[in-house]
Amino acid sequence: MQVSITVNSVRRRDDVEPRMMLAHYLRDVCGLRATNIGCDTTSCGACTVTVDGESVKSCTVLAVQTDGGTVTTLEGLAASVGLGPDELHPVQAAFRAEHGLQCGFCTPGMVMAAVGLLAENPHPTEPEVREGLEGNLCRCTGYHNIVRAVLTAADAMGPGGDA
Amino acid sequence: MITATFEYVRAESVDDAVAKLAELGDEAKLLAGGHSLLPMMKLRLAFPAVLVDVRPLADLSYVRVDGESVAVGALTRHCDLVSSAVLRAEAPLLGAVAAHVGDPQIRHRGTIGGSLSHADPAADLPAAVLASDATLVVQGPGVRRQVAAADFFVGYFETAMAADEMLVEIRLPRTGATPWHYEKFTRRANDWAVVAVATVDTRVAIANMGSTPLRATATEEALAAGASVAEAASLAAEGTDPVEDMNADRAYRRHLARVLTRRALAATR
Repeated sequence: MQVSITVNSVRRRDDVEPRMMLAHYLRDVCGLRATNIGCDTTSCGACTVTVDGESVKSCTVLAVQTDGGTVTTLEGLAASVGLGPDELHPVQAAFRAEHGLQCGFCTPGMVMAAVGLLAENPHPTEPEVREGLEGNLCRCTGYHNIVRAVLTAADAMGPGGDA
Repeated sequence: MITATFEYVRAESVDDAVAKLAELGDEAKLLAGGHSLLPMMKLRLAFPAVLVDVRPLADLSYVRVDGESVAVGALTRHCDLVSSAVLRAEAPLLGAVAAHVGDPQIRHRGTIGGSLSHADPAADLPAAVLASDATLVVQGPGVRRQVAAADFFVGYFETAMAADEMLVEIRLPRTGATPWHYEKFTRRANDWAVVAVATVDTRVAIANMGSTPLRATATEEALAAGASVAEAASLAAEGTDPVEDMNADRAYRRHLARVLTRRALAATR
């Protein structure tokens, strides 16, 4: 089936099988491999991307369901706020500054979930960050620094939540 | 995991979706948010030949006051229930319970109609509509009918809807400031309930104590006869037939039903 999906600001046309999940579309068709597939059962959140600005688990969304939509993955995050190829989005920068990762497998999903959270709630409290990230698992259990990173990013992004 | 192959079609309207169901029968399933159906298809527990996508039917996403009821469109997402000011003012249990469904990403996709049609007895929203004494509006080919929530859930993942019917609206009585509560017990964050209890005034609905969400009839009758909360709650497991699984055996689920009902009723007053 023909789909037209804007991925990281590039409008694409692809012929996909209806059963292809968005996660596989991003990795195998678009070649964007930051989006990890962890549990593949809508639990771990490693495959989180934004669709039309909202966080979703791309292992449980069909590519055909995003036809006409706009998808942002970690690769396109900095550019989505007008930053250059060598620059980090404030959420990425905060994860780096606060050491919000250990092995790094959950990080792309964690960052995209945090971006989705901050879009809806630009200045969350610490409990709101913890609840907002409840759909993302870190098997290294490095949650404290992840939460700290999101709070740091919220501060850096200013009153309106813009970068 | 990859699902079996299927044909994907988009519904142009409710009538179109129902016509497709009537034509294809058991071969077809409606796809809304897909967060119950697609995982089942990935596990090959479901393998419909055709998915009829109703998610583009944006006019089925609404929460509005309609006379003495609050009308909720079947394609209203969980996140939109949570943020609805109309629900907060008129039927607050539903929005509060929706916040317990899955996690933010899941709530961005999943819909109330999808959850109720899926009819998982461990799910949050079926118990909420039962406690709310809601009426479900179902569209078949040329016929629209109303089904009481108490009659809608008939078995594990089974509803009173025929294969060619679609849930289009949920109608809740406007309960305003009537006390309500939701107690959910899980072993992990964002999991299904091991047992959950929803209350509106003296109506008590329990999730995951049988093949459907159940009203705690013995508890409700005891309350009506003047029993204390503790006495009434001690009857909450009467007439239930809970499953045993890795989370809880039958005795533990009965215990949870009593304890959660006591907590819920205490918080409802």
